[in-house]
Amino acid sequence: MPWTPDQPLVSIKDVHKTFGNVEVLKGITMDVMKREVVCIIGPSGSGKSTLLRCVNALVPIEKGSILVEGQEVNDPKLDKLALRRKVGMVFQQYNLFPHKTALENVMMAPVHVLKRDRKEVEAQARALIAKVRLTGKEGSYPGELSGGQQQRIAIARSLAMNPDVMLFDEVTAALDPETVKGVLVTIRELAEDGMTCMIVTHEMGFAREVANQIYFTDGGVLVEHGPPKEFFANPKDARTKQFLDQIL
Amino acid sequence: MIANRSDLSVLKPFRFSAGEPFRLRTLHGVALVLALIVVVGIGEAQAQAGGRPGIVATILKWTPLLAQGFALNIAMSFMAMAIGTIAGVPLGLALISLLPPVRAGSWLVTQIFRNAPWLVLLFYCMLLLPFEFRIGNTIIPLPGWLKSTFGLALPVMANTAELVRGAVRSIPFGQWEAAESLAMTRRQTMWMVILPQCVKRMLPPWMNLYAILTVATPLTSVVGVSEAMTLTGDILSSEARTELLVPMYLYLLLWFFIYCYPIARATLALEKRFAVK
Repeated sequence: MPWTPDQPLVSIKDVHKTFGNVEVLKGITMDVMKREVVCIIGPSGSGKSTLLRCVNALVPIEKGSILVEGQEVNDPKLDKLALRRKVGMVFQQYNLFPHKTALENVMMAPVHVLKRDRKEVEAQARALIAKVRLTGKEGSYPGELSGGQQQRIAIARSLAMNPDVMLFDEVTAALDPETVKGVLVTIRELAEDGMTCMIVTHEMGFAREVANQIYFTDGGVLVEHGPPKEFFANPKDARTKQFLDQIL
Repeated sequence: MIANRSDLSVLKPFRFSAGEPFRLRTLHGVALVLALIVVVGIGEAQAQAGGRPGIVATILKWTPLLAQGFALNIAMSFMAMAIGTIAGVPLGLALISLLPPVRAGSWLVTQIFRNAPWLVLLFYCMLLLPFEFRIGNTIIPLPGWLKSTFGLALPVMANTAELVRGAVRSIPFGQWEAAESLAMTRRQTMWMVILPQCVKRMLPPWMNLYAILTVATPLTSVVGVSEAMTLTGDILSSEARTELLVPMYLYLLLWFFIYCYPIARATLALEKRFAVK
């Protein structure tokens, strides 16, 4: 059955993942519709980052199903590269390529993976760098940029692949407080443009503002979810209440 | 009297020590020059007493010949380094292959040539390689110096392979993840992301390896290559003068020092620059 945009873009069903003898995901189920922004919150070690890595097959799952635009990720015959062309990911540690300039970082994958025309890609890359408000930094190496600037270049690098969904893995957790805002603004603009986003974050204010759905995970299970207003105003589960009390 | 034969450093395999590697320092050069001055002085006195030509004059007389021999040392070190590196990089990549048989095979090769004493490898190459080989009607001779160059290239290859493997492993895992999530293949990740970053990390230890190789080239005198060490021995036997022995070998040592010292300094400077980032 072919995927149509009225079905969930990412459909996660009863996903289990074990590292050694630690079960980090104990049956997670969630759907993300096209243009939806989902924030996943929860204590450290609750499996949030692992869940994102399962979606683009960086981490294989043992049980359950993840459908991305109808394509099963938990399939040994999966074309991982085709999947990853549709799914962009931004990491906590930015992971820019330190030997390449900002512009080259953004251009590398479209030119070499998608085999697109270099000139066309360069125009797009410059536009993306302008979009993340870093015009003038095209020729800088990652080492010459602040953490926040590197993270925005990393976002531009993912966007250059024209993905259908973006995964953000605690992208502001390693940043100096004064550079966090620029990155969050970039992500919010992206969300407003209609990009489908799955965001793992500890920034509650940001989650409340940008998300359509908030998911709270604890100990590898999904405790509760709901629209942000409802979620923050009346958390139903005791664990959610306790977590929110601790950080708000 | 040698207490234990395996204490001879020549018989030991070369290894990068975990701690601070041995480095040529300015102090070593100063000590060497002072020692040379002292022994030449003593030698001059002995020569005068015996009514023989002066030490300095004799050394200068033989210097052009010594230079010829030294040129061969440098040529061998260049070639062995080139061959060893060209063979060592693919071997290093095989060490991190995803295919277990490739990994196991390359591991075995690396271990053998890294741990075998250099002198043993030299003898193997000298004795096992033919003195000439034939392609069609052309006969390509394999002189002794070329065979020993191959012998020296083998441990260089194995050590370069280890350098490549170590450098690849030292690249943070996030770089792999980032490249993978951009749908890059393993090959693309390796050649465009990982290896370019390795070059910088590998350069100082690789230069160190070159310096070690250069001072190892006199080993070939044992298998009869006419390099500087052999020639020094020939000169001494033709002069047949005992007071010349120590000055002559110290003089040869000075040549090696003058050649290797700048390399050691450059290695140090590169390491410092890369450490600061």
